[in-house]
Amino acid sequence: MKHIKTLDTVRLQDTVKKGGCGECQTSCQSACKTSCTVGNQSCENK
Amino acid sequence: MGLVHQYKNNGYNIVLDINSGSVHVVDDMVYDIVGAMDQGMEKSSIIESLSSVYGREQVQDGYGECEELIEGGQLFSRDIYEGAIEAFTERKTVVKALCLHVAHTCNLSCRYCFAEEGGYHGQRAVMPVEVGKQALDFLVANSGSRRNLEVDLFGGEPLMDHQVIREVVAYGRSLEKEKDKRFRFTLTTNGVLLDEEKMEFADREMSNVVLSLDGRPEVHDRMRPFPNGTGSYDLILPKFLGFAKRRGERDYYVRGTFTRYNLDFSKDVLHMADLGFKHISMEPVVAPETEDYALRPEDVPAICDQYDILAREMIRREKEGRGFQFFHFNVDLSGGPCVYKRLSGCGSGTEYLAVTPWGDLYPCHQFVGEERFRMGTVYDGILRQDVQKMFSACNVYTKPACRECFARFYCSGGCAANSYNFHKDMEQVYELGCALERKRIECAIMIKAALACDQTMEETKRS
Repeated sequence: MKHIKTLDTVRLQDTVKKGGCGECQTSCQSACKTSCTVGNQSCENK
Repeated sequence: MGLVHQYKNNGYNIVLDINSGSVHVVDDMVYDIVGAMDQGMEKSSIIESLSSVYGREQVQDGYGECEELIEGGQLFSRDIYEGAIEAFTERKTVVKALCLHVAHTCNLSCRYCFAEEGGYHGQRAVMPVEVGKQALDFLVANSGSRRNLEVDLFGGEPLMDHQVIREVVAYGRSLEKEKDKRFRFTLTTNGVLLDEEKMEFADREMSNVVLSLDGRPEVHDRMRPFPNGTGSYDLILPKFLGFAKRRGERDYYVRGTFTRYNLDFSKDVLHMADLGFKHISMEPVVAPETEDYALRPEDVPAICDQYDILAREMIRREKEGRGFQFFHFNVDLSGGPCVYKRLSGCGSGTEYLAVTPWGDLYPCHQFVGEERFRMGTVYDGILRQDVQKMFSACNVYTKPACRECFARFYCSGGCAANSYNFHKDMEQVYELGCALERKRIECAIMIKAALACDQTMEETKRS
């Protein structure tokens, strides 16, 4: 594409089927403790 | 509900397709095309209106590229998750993480402490070893088939009783094989009592260690003094530097809190980076507006400017080969959690519970001491299913403000404790925190865009 550069991103729609196993880290069990950030966490079920 | 979020930052035009998570870096023309599409304009009108600015052929070309993305589910994609999340939140949950309040007492008197200098609105206490062991038994018994279990050794200041930590960790290790579980312990410490022996232990046993440091000496000492009023920076810094060096590439964070007294907090983050720390977190203080150090709505533009300054500096340092991680700018676009995780909240009150020194269970560390949220004990289990249900039902679709917000896939609806503390209602949001979260996500994505575009330019040059 000449006008658009799409970054390498996962399509969230594709995670609906295989997601939801719950093995991932709990959001607050990290360096925040007073906010909530999940976008930076990793999937444990790749 | 909007389908795209467009913004310009640091010279980049960014289009975030909210529901697919796709990120597009576009030229000015496509930025305008997407904006017009978002307003519901017809193709012919868009081409007509933008032709005078960019030329008809170019606009048709750009429009075609947008159509290609729409076709591929990467632009103006629909929210297909609501039904799935409802079913997901109604599932039977298991407990997979505990915040173990090893000590409700502390050797510092931090002014902004939500635990009231370790006391949590109640008596000061240290967790007996038996309570700690029982907490791990409770966790194993309530974790179903989940293998990875997380235990944060928290306080107050957990190192106030290191023997408890040693024994609880040893007990956890003894359970791992027997129960086919894996404990990931983390420690959050102010560093005052860190010594060689404790550092060696923490380095060996902890998956992550969070070291509390607010930045420049005067900033840190103002908010994190000893009870006699003297600052703690000079005592803890050499210990933290030593620990970070020992830790190498393994997880640790120096974690600070900024307040109204250091609205120029990018300097504190960079101070810590200049000291050599590679993993840094800096949280906005959460406090009632009556406190002099509390952030106010009118501070938001200045704070957002600081995030921009920080983001630009991080890109510069990354390109120079001396980059560092800032917790809130970490975003995993190509991997990251599934949509269930992104939309169902942090897990407080369901998957994640806090345990007091005497074994009471609360939805999270920030609810400890709020009697109406006391859910049970590590001995009796969860007795208040109503509280558990209230937390499990809470997700971005139950919060009107989140439904309209582009950031909902990154913050999962925000912090329940903040919502409760500011509104006494978990379906409301803490607006100031949301404004800052949105800005951080914009910066995080911009950094990815900047580094990706730079890489493309390098590749083009080489070919």
